[in-house]
Amino acid sequence: MVTRLSFLAVIARVFMWAFLLALAVVVLYPLAWMTLNGFKTNAELFGDPFALPLDWSFANYAKAWNRGVSDYLTTSVLVTLTSTVATVFVSAWAAYGLTRVDIPLGKTLTAAILGGLMLAPTVALVPLVKMFQAMGLYNTFWALLILYTAFRIPFTTFLIRAYMIDLPREVDEAAAMDGAGRWTCFWRIILPMCKPIITSTVLLHILFTWNEYLFAMVFTSGAGVQTLPVGLTSLMSKHGTAYPVVFAGMVIAALPVVLLFFVGQRYIVKGLADGIGK
Amino acid sequence: MRATLRRTLGLAWVVPALVLVGVFVYLPLVQNLQFSTLKWDIYSGSQEYVGLDNYARLVDDPVFWSALGNNTLYAVVSIVFQVFGALLLAALIESIRSERWQRALRAVYFIPAAISLTVAGLLFYFIYEPKLGPLNHALRAVGLDQLAQAWLGQESTAMSAIIAMSQWQGFGYSTLLFAVAIQRIPAEIYGAAAIDGVGPVGRFFHVTVPLVREMTGLMAIVTLSGAFQVFNEVMVMTAGGPNNSTQVLGTWLYRSGFVRNNFGYAAAIATVLFVITLGIAVAQLWVARRRRVEW
Repeated sequence: MVTRLSFLAVIARVFMWAFLLALAVVVLYPLAWMTLNGFKTNAELFGDPFALPLDWSFANYAKAWNRGVSDYLTTSVLVTLTSTVATVFVSAWAAYGLTRVDIPLGKTLTAAILGGLMLAPTVALVPLVKMFQAMGLYNTFWALLILYTAFRIPFTTFLIRAYMIDLPREVDEAAAMDGAGRWTCFWRIILPMCKPIITSTVLLHILFTWNEYLFAMVFTSGAGVQTLPVGLTSLMSKHGTAYPVVFAGMVIAALPVVLLFFVGQRYIVKGLADGIGK
Repeated sequence: MRATLRRTLGLAWVVPALVLVGVFVYLPLVQNLQFSTLKWDIYSGSQEYVGLDNYARLVDDPVFWSALGNNTLYAVVSIVFQVFGALLLAALIESIRSERWQRALRAVYFIPAAISLTVAGLLFYFIYEPKLGPLNHALRAVGLDQLAQAWLGQESTAMSAIIAMSQWQGFGYSTLLFAVAIQRIPAEIYGAAAIDGVGPVGRFFHVTVPLVREMTGLMAIVTLSGAFQVFNEVMVMTAGGPNNSTQVLGTWLYRSGFVRNNFGYAAAIATVLFVITLGIAVAQLWVARRRRVEW
């Protein structure tokens, strides 16, 4: 009886491992294929899609870089950096005001800011285009900076607020006793204590901004203001069948966020888990 | 008096966030309702009040209904794979004894969710490509030549091909979150169940499933909401074609407004999207509140 059970258990384990590893191959193979194609020539690509590249040259990467990817990358980096700083600070201020400062209508204001979480960006698309045209910011870097910041404030505030609310009250009281004002208390005491959640929100915001497509596609058109996700589609449509160059561009776009995920995995997972329902 | 002033000054902390969210998130929403009652040509700038005409046209628009159907199909398939499938997968991973392998598998499965949908969409555009795509090559290699086809080029398979890509891209994200939820279940509960002679399958159904049900509820809602906001992958892979067969609400809105220059009509589609996503969000609040009462 015991041996029969363990025999079944062994069979079950074997099947489970086979399934889990097969799934890993299903995930990894397309990504490996993409990376390898960045090294191939067009003839190789159309020949045998499963073959390894004959010559490991970075020529396609250089071509992609010179055909606009350097511009897209620069814009992506700039938009990501500026909107991350703006979003995280504005959200941290708001979270501080909502949790640790006695303000009128606190509950209503909390609901107003967090309520933004419920609204889909697509719904606001048409009026936003008109608004940004009227402000003369359509097809500028500012459009993306403002939109990425405004649309991510609710989520970021939600995460930081949930963290700040759990910090002990005595901290502020001790600071007040020492004669520190609100401003000093925020920068010197509360913000440093929130470092783990700030790290999470920074990483999640970077992932979001780097990959965002809807706003980037609708609000920008010239090469100087396009971010990588939109730039890649331009690269695809402009250069016909120079597919290996497109693959090289895709790798350039994907690599930074994959590395970021592996480096900051702990914080990203925590942010995602808290963000979905704390 | 001084106290009131002091309290009011405290608002300064919140004002930047309020202004940004108010002007760029809430205001457009209200404007959208107004725009949906206009016949509006953005190039000539002509605007004409047409009442509910745009909504009436929506009801008669077969592409609108097929787009709504595509979103619904997206939602159903995603809930099967990214909620129930992911829960099962997370339980399998957590049953592995080696923590190193658990971490490695969770991370590998998550990689597609870290890269952009544009990259994932383009990648699968090539995988499905009839001539150079490895999918058709593989089918031919194993003698299934008759199955090799232009996956994204024909109406019968295009939508399914996009949805399949989306499962590849998204299942690791929900698996990771379910794994976190399972890790939060106290080990003693599993221990007690094992002592009572409950096998691994029983433990899954009688311990794991009931104890992660809030996460299941929230994942279902998030997945549902995402399925109705699909845009990026469709745009990159087919742009709604062939013959509008892969249009979803987001792409049909975009095409109506920005390609066919009919912003009032686009705003009407946006209103439908708003009602759907708001309904889903209210359901989420309800789930979250019920949980708080229970605990």
